[in-house]
Amino acid sequence: MNINATLLGQAISFALFVWFCIKFVWPPLMNAIEERQKKIADGLADAGRAAKDLELAQAKATEQLKEAKVTANEIIEQANKRKSQIVEEAKAEAETERAKILAQGKAEIENERNRVKDDLRKQVAVLAIIGAEKILERSIDPAIHNDIVNKLVAEI
Amino acid sequence: MATTGEVLNASEYIQHHLTNAKMCSTDGGVAFNNACQDAGFWTWHIDSLLFSAGLGVLFLWLFYKTGQKATTGVPGKFQCFIEMCVEGVDKIAKDSFHGRNVVIAPLALTIFVWVFLMNFMDLIPIDFIPEAANRFLGVPYLKIVPTTDLNVTLGLSLSVFALIVFYSIKVKGIGGFVKELTMQPFNHWALIPVNFILETVTLIAKPISLALRLFGNLYAGELIFILIALMPWWAQFALSVPWAIFHILIIVLQAFIFMMLTIVYLSMAHEDH
Repeated sequence: MNINATLLGQAISFALFVWFCIKFVWPPLMNAIEERQKKIADGLADAGRAAKDLELAQAKATEQLKEAKVTANEIIEQANKRKSQIVEEAKAEAETERAKILAQGKAEIENERNRVKDDLRKQVAVLAIIGAEKILERSIDPAIHNDIVNKLVAEI
Repeated sequence: MATTGEVLNASEYIQHHLTNAKMCSTDGGVAFNNACQDAGFWTWHIDSLLFSAGLGVLFLWLFYKTGQKATTGVPGKFQCFIEMCVEGVDKIAKDSFHGRNVVIAPLALTIFVWVFLMNFMDLIPIDFIPEAANRFLGVPYLKIVPTTDLNVTLGLSLSVFALIVFYSIKVKGIGGFVKELTMQPFNHWALIPVNFILETVTLIAKPISLALRLFGNLYAGELIFILIALMPWWAQFALSVPWAIFHILIIVLQAFIFMMLTIVYLSMAHEDH
């Protein structure tokens, strides 16, 4: 185990290797590592932000859905109100129409009755006259007594 | 040993596997191996140097290429793996080292991956590469695990030690550094010599322990692989497989400890008391 000049040679090569490592090996590798670390950190930050955005969007969507429901309910209520209104109006109209038709019908019936009454009176008068003629036979001249008959008819 | 085809006995085999390929300059140019016995300090373990440099280049090439092609989008599997290493080391460095220093983290990465790769050579069956080198290249001695060479680990730890001293002085100034060595742990002028001895031992112990820990673990592991290799070829797997599996833990752990202690020592150097 003799100590000799080998150790000097070793020290020199060691110095050269360390210098080369400091100068040419370390910086590019370290740069690559650090740059990648930065990229990864950025990516993670982006992912976190995206998750937050998603949460916000979901909250917004829920909000809008709720609003839409409320609006829909309002619309339905309005429609219901309008419906009952229309039904009410229609009822009222039908009622008046019915009253009108009823009144007309009554008037017509009244007219008919009056006419039939007149007819009956006339026929009764004629029958009375015929009866009277039969009783009186010749004594009564229809032409002379016509005014009396008419008077009688009017009285009945 | 030095010649091929010779049958080695057990101790020669072990000795052979623990001998580095040496190179030194002599009067007539360069000499190798046994010719270098008298060269003293100025001997180079060319196998340790070549393998460690090769592995260091492999590490830098892999990481550099990945860094150039690195996408900031979805990374491939290999890029993922590289980034995992880089990010892990960066995190450890940031956790243990307070303050700003662009050197610490890349330094720690270099130490971790490089030491790991050097340790990893231990898992290659010990005779594969030396035997091939001997047969085809005529290289008589070859140790392929650089961290089983004390020179390699000491080279690393002394560099770390230089950084410790450098940053201590840079952050605290020479006065502060001297004060740290002399006025602690007993803050009294009469105890300056005691303080100095204690603190100096503490300081020197850092690189020595760093180097010896790594070297000792890997050397012992290598030695056990060599001993296992002395068994009959059909029985070796029974021991070498469990040991290799256990060794996977050791090589990673030792690389990690070396890196961690480097960070801690440099962090301590930056602290102002």
